[in-house]
Amino acid sequence: MAHAKTPSAFTNPLIRWVDDRLPVFSMISKEYGVFPTPRNFNYLWNFGALALFMLVMMIVTGVFLAMQYTPNADLAFASVDRITRDVNFGWLIRTLHANGSSMFFLVVYVHIFRGMYYGSYKRPRELLWLFGCVIYLLMMATAFLGYTLPWGQMSFWGATVITNFFTAIPIVGKAITTWLWGGFAVANPTLNRFFALHYLLPFIIAAVVFLHVWALHVTGSNNPLGIEPKSDKDTLPFHPYYTMKDSFGLSVFLLIYAAIVFYIPDYLGDTENYVQGNPLVTPPSIEPEWYFLPFYAILRSVPNKLLGVLLMGGAVFMLFLMPWLDTSKVRSAKFRPWYQWCFWFFVADALLLGDVGAHHPEGIWVLLGQIATIYYFGFFLILLPFLGWFEKTLPLPTSISESVLGGGKLAGAAAAKPMEKA
Amino acid sequence: MVDATHDAHGGDGQTRREFLYLAAGAMGAVASAGVAWTLVDSMNPATDTLALSTIDVNLAPIAEGMGVVTMWQGKPVFIRHRTAAEISEAQSVKLSDLLDPLTENPKTGVRDEPATDENRVQKSPWLILIGICTHLGCIPLGNKPTDDRGEYGGYRCPCHGSQYDTSGRVRHGPAPLNLPVPPYSFTSDTAVRIG
Repeated sequence: MAHAKTPSAFTNPLIRWVDDRLPVFSMISKEYGVFPTPRNFNYLWNFGALALFMLVMMIVTGVFLAMQYTPNADLAFASVDRITRDVNFGWLIRTLHANGSSMFFLVVYVHIFRGMYYGSYKRPRELLWLFGCVIYLLMMATAFLGYTLPWGQMSFWGATVITNFFTAIPIVGKAITTWLWGGFAVANPTLNRFFALHYLLPFIIAAVVFLHVWALHVTGSNNPLGIEPKSDKDTLPFHPYYTMKDSFGLSVFLLIYAAIVFYIPDYLGDTENYVQGNPLVTPPSIEPEWYFLPFYAILRSVPNKLLGVLLMGGAVFMLFLMPWLDTSKVRSAKFRPWYQWCFWFFVADALLLGDVGAHHPEGIWVLLGQIATIYYFGFFLILLPFLGWFEKTLPLPTSISESVLGGGKLAGAAAAKPMEKA
Repeated sequence: MVDATHDAHGGDGQTRREFLYLAAGAMGAVASAGVAWTLVDSMNPATDTLALSTIDVNLAPIAEGMGVVTMWQGKPVFIRHRTAAEISEAQSVKLSDLLDPLTENPKTGVRDEPATDENRVQKSPWLILIGICTHLGCIPLGNKPTDDRGEYGGYRCPCHGSQYDTSGRVRHGPAPLNLPVPPYSFTSDTAVRIG
């Protein structure tokens, strides 16, 4: 594999001809063939590749859905019904796409939590992390726009409630909302532009994913120990070691995805969305898809409209600030006994917020939502900066290979030898 | 050559170049803003959307105690033929009991008038409101006499339980504001033009 670094390694004359003029094959070999990757990845490192797979899945199914879908307020609902009933394999393509958004968010949430646990956002990977946050933000916008397109009751009223957030802006709020709608309420012009933007944004996501991966290949991957590889013994070539590991993870992931698509395709959806959108009748309860519930809970935890909207935006913005809020020099939570607890509390807190978001803001749910919101922001703004000063971290291993191969100090190098393809 | 040019124009060469940079840059900025505005403004309500900005409604078929819903600018407008009891109830409420004591000035549309029933109704017995809950945009119930109209006999929002009285004023949260009164005028005794 190591020979592939030079163009002359390609014996096929056609490949060599192309590579001498535009070194794509060299690039692929360098970035995905021999690319030195820490040897100690666990399965949590599968989720970046899984997210890329889901992006491709959503774009491919989406393009074919767009061939059958009609972005018109009078025809959209019926065209989605037609896709499900009459178009060849339309039921499959639509179910893959609709549940795909849930799977995409699931994978990305694990990916984000993994980065938070192992300190992947820390120097020198801040920019890599920021690109990830931008991707997440774009995903939220794309998912919201896409959810509007079937023009069911939940689509229509979800779009109404979300766009009404902008009316919270003082003075210009009303004008911005009218501009977003292209009218005086959510209506046909709104659906048209939402469709156009829903088609556009995934390609912008793809562009930012390119930057995300580029930045990753400059700094190299983080790993469960959070220490940089020091020698060849600490790394493995990406292919075949991680192409295989990713493929295995992908197979397991596809089993779950397929189980949902084929056995419970409507489990994650809202039955209310099988009723055509009606501007004169509001459904008894409006709630977003599960992946937005924590933010919805934060929005409703304060009785003030503007403050609620600001807090919700701030909750996402916290992720952007993480590299600078965390003052600890140690990356991996493995060696941070206090942070570990704070982190798992944060995961539980996010899940609790999700549960709060699914309930009417009455009785105990109001209080729970407020407490969970305080911890959410406290984690970022108080715990992250102060833990770095107070926390006594555990000693770091001297190298990845010593830690994963040696099992102790004595046999690090000796045990590594037979594993290495020297 | 370079020196010669400098000599020929003296110190002016430098300031002239700066001026040209600045002028070209400013023109470029104006042009970019113009192009951007074209695109941004194309997303604002189109002429045909604006053309639908008034509607005429015949009030004759609306029986006492009934309300109808009509669409104006894509928004539901409630028109209610109030009973005498409902009117006297709306007129007897003290301003200090209201959650939101303000209503729209019928001339300017600015919310600066006290929210008395007289200020919210142009012509008895017709109550005309935009039927969108001021909380998060749901449609309140109460046009049909069989609807649950809430404690104050006007409208009740099914989403988060806001209640409005027979003048469309919010009496129970979480809605922060009274139901807005749209601009309208009576074209005859039984016909109203909204917008």
